[in-house]
Amino acid sequence: MGNPLEKKDRMKIPRAVMPQQDPQERKRNFKEVPFGLTEEMALREASRCLNCPKAPCIKGCPVDVDIPGFIQLILEKDYAGAARKIKETNSLPAVCGRVCPQEEQCEAVCVMGKKFGPVAIGYLERFVADYERENNLIELPHIEPPTGRKVAIVGSGPAGLTVAGQLIKLGHKVTVFEALHKPGGVLVYGIPEFRLPKSIVQAECDFLARMGVEFQNSTVVGKMDTIDELFAMGYDAIFIGSGAGLPNFMGIPGENLIGIYSSNEYLTRSNLMRAFDFPNYDTPIIYGENVAVLGGGNTAMDSVRTALRLGAKNAYIVYRRSEAEMPARKEEIHHAMEEGVQFMMLTAPVNFIGNGDGKVKAMECIKMQLGEPDASGRRRPIPIEGSNFTLDVDLVVVAIGNSSNPLIPQTTPGLQANKWGNIIVNEETKETSRKGVFAGGDIVRGGATVILAAGDGRVAAQHMHKYLMEEVKK
Amino acid sequence: MPKVIDNIQIGPVVWKMRVEVPRLVEKAKAGQFVIIRVDEHGERVPMSIAGLDKKNGLLTVIYQVVGKTSALMTTVPAGGQLADCVGPLGVPSHVENWGIACVIGGGIGVAPIYPIAQAYKAAGNKLITIIGARSKNLLFYEEEHKAIADEMYICTDDGSYGQKGFVSDALKKLLDDGVKIGMIMAIGPVPMMRVVANLTKGYNVPTWVSLNPIMIDGTGMCGGCRVSLDGKTKFACVDGPDFDGHLVDFDLLTKRLGAYREMEKRAMKKFLEDPNCRLNEELKKVMAGN
Repeated sequence: MGNPLEKKDRMKIPRAVMPQQDPQERKRNFKEVPFGLTEEMALREASRCLNCPKAPCIKGCPVDVDIPGFIQLILEKDYAGAARKIKETNSLPAVCGRVCPQEEQCEAVCVMGKKFGPVAIGYLERFVADYERENNLIELPHIEPPTGRKVAIVGSGPAGLTVAGQLIKLGHKVTVFEALHKPGGVLVYGIPEFRLPKSIVQAECDFLARMGVEFQNSTVVGKMDTIDELFAMGYDAIFIGSGAGLPNFMGIPGENLIGIYSSNEYLTRSNLMRAFDFPNYDTPIIYGENVAVLGGGNTAMDSVRTALRLGAKNAYIVYRRSEAEMPARKEEIHHAMEEGVQFMMLTAPVNFIGNGDGKVKAMECIKMQLGEPDASGRRRPIPIEGSNFTLDVDLVVVAIGNSSNPLIPQTTPGLQANKWGNIIVNEETKETSRKGVFAGGDIVRGGATVILAAGDGRVAAQHMHKYLMEEVKK
Repeated sequence: MPKVIDNIQIGPVVWKMRVEVPRLVEKAKAGQFVIIRVDEHGERVPMSIAGLDKKNGLLTVIYQVVGKTSALMTTVPAGGQLADCVGPLGVPSHVENWGIACVIGGGIGVAPIYPIAQAYKAAGNKLITIIGARSKNLLFYEEEHKAIADEMYICTDDGSYGQKGFVSDALKKLLDDGVKIGMIMAIGPVPMMRVVANLTKGYNVPTWVSLNPIMIDGTGMCGGCRVSLDGKTKFACVDGPDFDGHLVDFDLLTKRLGAYREMEKRAMKKFLEDPNCRLNEELKKVMAGN
């Protein structure tokens, strides 16, 4: 059964609009913002797909999901089948359907895109993954007979979970080591509930556990066991997906005042430790009335929207370039604007001012103008002399990226890292300078996205499998 | 989940807990710390290592009840469990033979300084130990320290035991007497560490302190534990917890430790009002008075 509509009729259907919580209501709660498509909406959206023979969307996807394939299964109302089709190459469809920047990837190259708006591939991915999970249709995939090979995965973020999902299916024994007390990495500590409910991440991890993946939480590789000790314990190959790790600060006066958080700390308190529900949960968090979030990426948007939900009267994004240069997803910027976030563009802090108790009370800023493009291709911001002004703030969240965490590079002799501390890998295989050690995600890339990390995991898993079967003798 | 072997009150508001974490204990070295979470709703709290029983895989922590989490910790019975105990975290203390090494412990700092004293002694140092407390009933670990110290001084603020005065007074006398101390390590309340560091600056004796700021993950990820050393920001979890006391900004440390004081009071109040609160009556009274 194919698509009953003629191509010209498919083009007449407008792109689905995602139903979502009203901005005035949602800005004070932590419930997920988009509700997801209804079945009827999903069917209509799926019927817009032209099922192009060349399928440019597949090439636009970092994990090569068979997009027309799963959309055809939607048209046949085999939603669980569609979810399984995605899972052939993407272990985390419910997550990616929510947090992937589809507009820059699969949807950016959709043939429908230019004239009629691309097929809402992300919405459909989310729909089938949710359908499968909510209707208890998740089935264990075929698992190959045991190979006798053991794999250790360091870090349970999107890269590590992807490697785990791929290698367990191939019959290897897989252990995931996680430093925090819950698996999921940035999906749990970083991305807020209103964008990615934690029950979904837990379901993905539970699914891996049902397939046989062993999770060892609260285990810090590099402190408990080093990479070499893991080999000595009998692991045949190791994947390092330990994430970016160390938050960057601005290096300006007053930065250690109380009320100045890294975005990692702010979001971890709220997301992982559930500080938004203090004192039902024991971890406190500072509630700001006037909150400035420094930075223009997705993490900055997550932080500023969290601040609103924690009661901020004024929540500002302070960014040194203009809106056009902001690295955050357009959808996230749009959501933040709808919720009343105030954007102070071309503005940079130069000094934090404290009260007598060591708490931040204001921030001195300077206005910027854009000059010539810099190494990143974005126009360089240049301070405008004499444009300084003061902004009253009682909470500042610094969301300007991370440096790599030194725990593993420092304790692994022979593991090559670049000058920023990111692990160097062979681009094609994701193998590091150490034999049998592979790496991917932010520990390699610096700050990137969930799907790029998952893509690294997928490539690494293929080559780890090859390595395990060809080079590890049993 | 890590099993609690015993959890005993050893002072008015001080408890000693032993936890069975054999792999952690096997790897841990003097000067490192762990992060404990008591239950599923709990905070992650860093705790200095106060003892490592390598043979039986037991970790000792000594804690003072200052807020809800430490109060809750007293209610875990022998044979009970913690939600998590992760570690070892932080860089182990630097140990070498300096000839004469001096360890100083104040308050509950007498406990985490003990494994470091053992390591100094094992490295061949002549070990001078100075321990102190406000009063006799607040002094712990005397026997443990006595067993390994070559010279030992006990100070109480009120003179109820040992010599009257601060640990820094005892140290000053040694320095004035010309004792050639190669390294001093001090652990205790921030004011004590500050006084010791300020004193030894004048004598030019290397002095290290172990810092215990507020942190969450303990692996460098959150940056909550930042401390300032000679104007440079460091993370206590991955760069410390030991730092050169002559460079530490103790003012900043004190202020940051108080960041959540109001919220801590709220949490404690709610905890005490809970009809199912399992704190002992004496502790309830003390906490209600705070």
